[in-house]
Amino acid sequence: MSDANLADVQADRSKMQISDTDVAIEITGMNKWYGDFHVLRDINLKVMRGERIVICGPSGSGKSTMIRCINRLEEHQKGQIVVDGIELTSDLKKIDEIRREVGMCFQHFNLFPHLTILENCTLAPIWVRKMPKKQAEEIAMHYLERVKIPEQANKYPGQLSGGQQQRVAIARSLCMNPKVMLFDEPTSALDPEMIKEVLDVMIGLAEEGMTMLCVTHEMGFARKVANRVIFMDQGQIVEQNEPEPFFTNPQHERTQLFLSQILNH
Amino acid sequence: MSENNFAFVSTSEKPQLPPPQGTTGAIGWVRENLFSSPLNTILTLLSIFAVYSTVPGVVNWAFVDSVWNANSLDECRALTENGACWAVIRERYHQFLFGFYPSELYWRPILAFVLLFLALVPALWDGMPKRGTALMASMAYPFVAFWLIWGGFGLEPVSSTKLGGLLLTMIIGVSGISFSLPIGIVLALSRSSNLPIVKSLAVIFIEFIRGVPLITLLFVAHVLLNYFLPKGVNFDIVLRVVIMVTFFASAYMAEVIRGGLAALPKGQYEAADALGLSYWQSMRLIILPQALKISIPGIVNTFIGLFKDTTLVLIIGLMDPLGLVAPTLADQRWNGIFVELYAFIAFMFFIFCFAMSRYSMYLERKLHTGHR
Repeated sequence: MSDANLADVQADRSKMQISDTDVAIEITGMNKWYGDFHVLRDINLKVMRGERIVICGPSGSGKSTMIRCINRLEEHQKGQIVVDGIELTSDLKKIDEIRREVGMCFQHFNLFPHLTILENCTLAPIWVRKMPKKQAEEIAMHYLERVKIPEQANKYPGQLSGGQQQRVAIARSLCMNPKVMLFDEPTSALDPEMIKEVLDVMIGLAEEGMTMLCVTHEMGFARKVANRVIFMDQGQIVEQNEPEPFFTNPQHERTQLFLSQILNH
Repeated sequence: MSENNFAFVSTSEKPQLPPPQGTTGAIGWVRENLFSSPLNTILTLLSIFAVYSTVPGVVNWAFVDSVWNANSLDECRALTENGACWAVIRERYHQFLFGFYPSELYWRPILAFVLLFLALVPALWDGMPKRGTALMASMAYPFVAFWLIWGGFGLEPVSSTKLGGLLLTMIIGVSGISFSLPIGIVLALSRSSNLPIVKSLAVIFIEFIRGVPLITLLFVAHVLLNYFLPKGVNFDIVLRVVIMVTFFASAYMAEVIRGGLAALPKGQYEAADALGLSYWQSMRLIILPQALKISIPGIVNTFIGLFKDTTLVLIIGLMDPLGLVAPTLADQRWNGIFVELYAFIAFMFFIFCFAMSRYSMYLERKLHTGHR
C-alpha cells in the first residue's frame, strides 16, 4: 500500500546485523485480561538483538496491548516478560530500569505541549539519567539533526506538523539511548505526504541495528525493513514468518483474509 | 458560458485583491459587531440607552454632588440632597483598614502589606533573576508578617481582638489562598491515585468539607474547638478561622485541579511513564504544569470566592470590614448611612478581586503555547 512512498528508499539489509545469541526480549506464556475479556492469549515471542519485527492484524487483535506490556504501560497477569535480562514484575525499580532501556513512539506522538522541542528531548536524560543539561542538549540536537528538524528546536509541539511531531517523538526516545524501540502505529495519525518522512527515519534506525517492534499497517515498510512479520488475531499470534513468504504465501486462512483486505483496495 | 461554469478552471494567476470597502477598519467593526442584524441594532440602541440613563446619575452621586467634609450625616444632607456622604469614610477609613489596631502601631501592618508584595514578586514573575533564592526568602514571609502584626520578640504584642477591617480580610484571605493551593494539589493527586486508602481519605475529606456550609465550619472554629482541645490549650481565634477557611477552600481547589488532571489526554501520562520518569517527576514536570494551566480560571475563581467569603467571619464576631458597619452606624452622628459604607467596602474588595482576575488572564495568555 505504501510501496510508492518507499520506492526511493531501499533499506540496505546487509547493514542490519542480528545477533544469534543476544536476546533482547523474551515473552513466555503471557496472558492478559480486561475484566472478563481475554485480550492476550498465551503469547510467546523471542526477539534477538537487532531484530526488526512488524506486528500487524485487525483492530482489537491485541497487537498494541502486547507491545505496551513490554514497558508496562499495560500489566500482564500471567506469564513472563524478560527485557534485556530483567524480568518485568510489579517491582517499581525493575519497571523503571526497563523503561530506561525501552523507547516508545505513540500513534498520537504524545509530545509534551508545554515544553519546547528541545526541552521535550532533554527532559528524560536530565531527570532520569541525571545528565548535565549542556550534555543533554548536545545529544538532543544530535538526534534532532538526525530526524532533520534541528531548526525547530525552540518551537512548541503545537507549531509543528504531524510528521515533524512524530519525528521529534522518535528523537525524544533516542535521546535516552534505548536498546529497544517500540512503535505503536506511528504513522496511522499522519497525512499521506507525511508518512514517508517518518518511515525514512525509522528505516535509518533499522539500518543502524536498532532492535525494533513496530505495530503498523505499512506493508511496504514491513517488506523492506522487517526480518519477521507477526500476524495477530483475537489476542493470539496466528502466524509469523519472514516478509517475503509472509506476503506471498500466507499459511493461515485469517492471514490470507487480512492481507487480501488491506492490499487490494 | 454555462459550459464554462461546469468545469471551471482558473486559466490565469489571480492577483491578491484588497477586501471590499467597509468590511475592515473601524466602520467594518461597528457594522459587523453592533449593527449586523435588526435584533443586534435594537440591542445596541437599548444598551446605549441603559448606559445613558444610569451612568450620569451614579457619577453625579459619587463624584459631582458628593461631600467629603462634614462631621455628621445631617451636615452632609444639609450640603447636598442627592450626593454621597464620603465624609464618613474620610473620618473612619483607618478603622475599615486596620480595625481597632493601635494607631501608633499602624506602620507594622503597612510594612507587612508592602513586604507581601515584595514576597509575591518571585512567585508571580517567572523571569526574575535569581528567582530560586528570592523564592526561599519569600518562604520566610509568613513568619515575618506574623511577627509584625501580632508582635512579640521585642515588638509590643497586639491581641487578635484588635485586628479588623481590610487587615483581617488580608490575613485570612492571603493565608487561605497560599495554603489552599498546595493542599488542594495534594488532595487532587490523592483522589486520582490508585492507592485505595490515600484515595478514600481524600474523598472523605473533600466530600465532608464541601458538604458543610462555611458558616458551620466557622462556628466549629469559634465554639466547638474549645471543647475538643485539652484544657489550657487555646488556639488563637484568627488562627482557627484561617485553618477552617483554608480547609474549605482546599476541598474546592482539589476538585478544580482534579478537573484539570482529568482533562489531560492519557497519552501524556503514558509518554512520561514510557520515558522512565518516576511518579513524582512526571507529576511535577509533565502533568501538573499542564493541569494547573487548564485549571487557572477555576483556581482563581476559588481564590476570589475565598477572599469574599472572609466577610462571613462577622457572624462569629470578628471585625472584618462588613463587621465594622454596625459600630459605625451605632455612632449617633452617622446613624442611617448605609450605601456609602457598603459602596466603599465593595470598592475595596473589587480592587483585589479584579487584580486577581487580570493576573489570571495574563497568566493564561503567557502560558498559551499554541496547542489545543
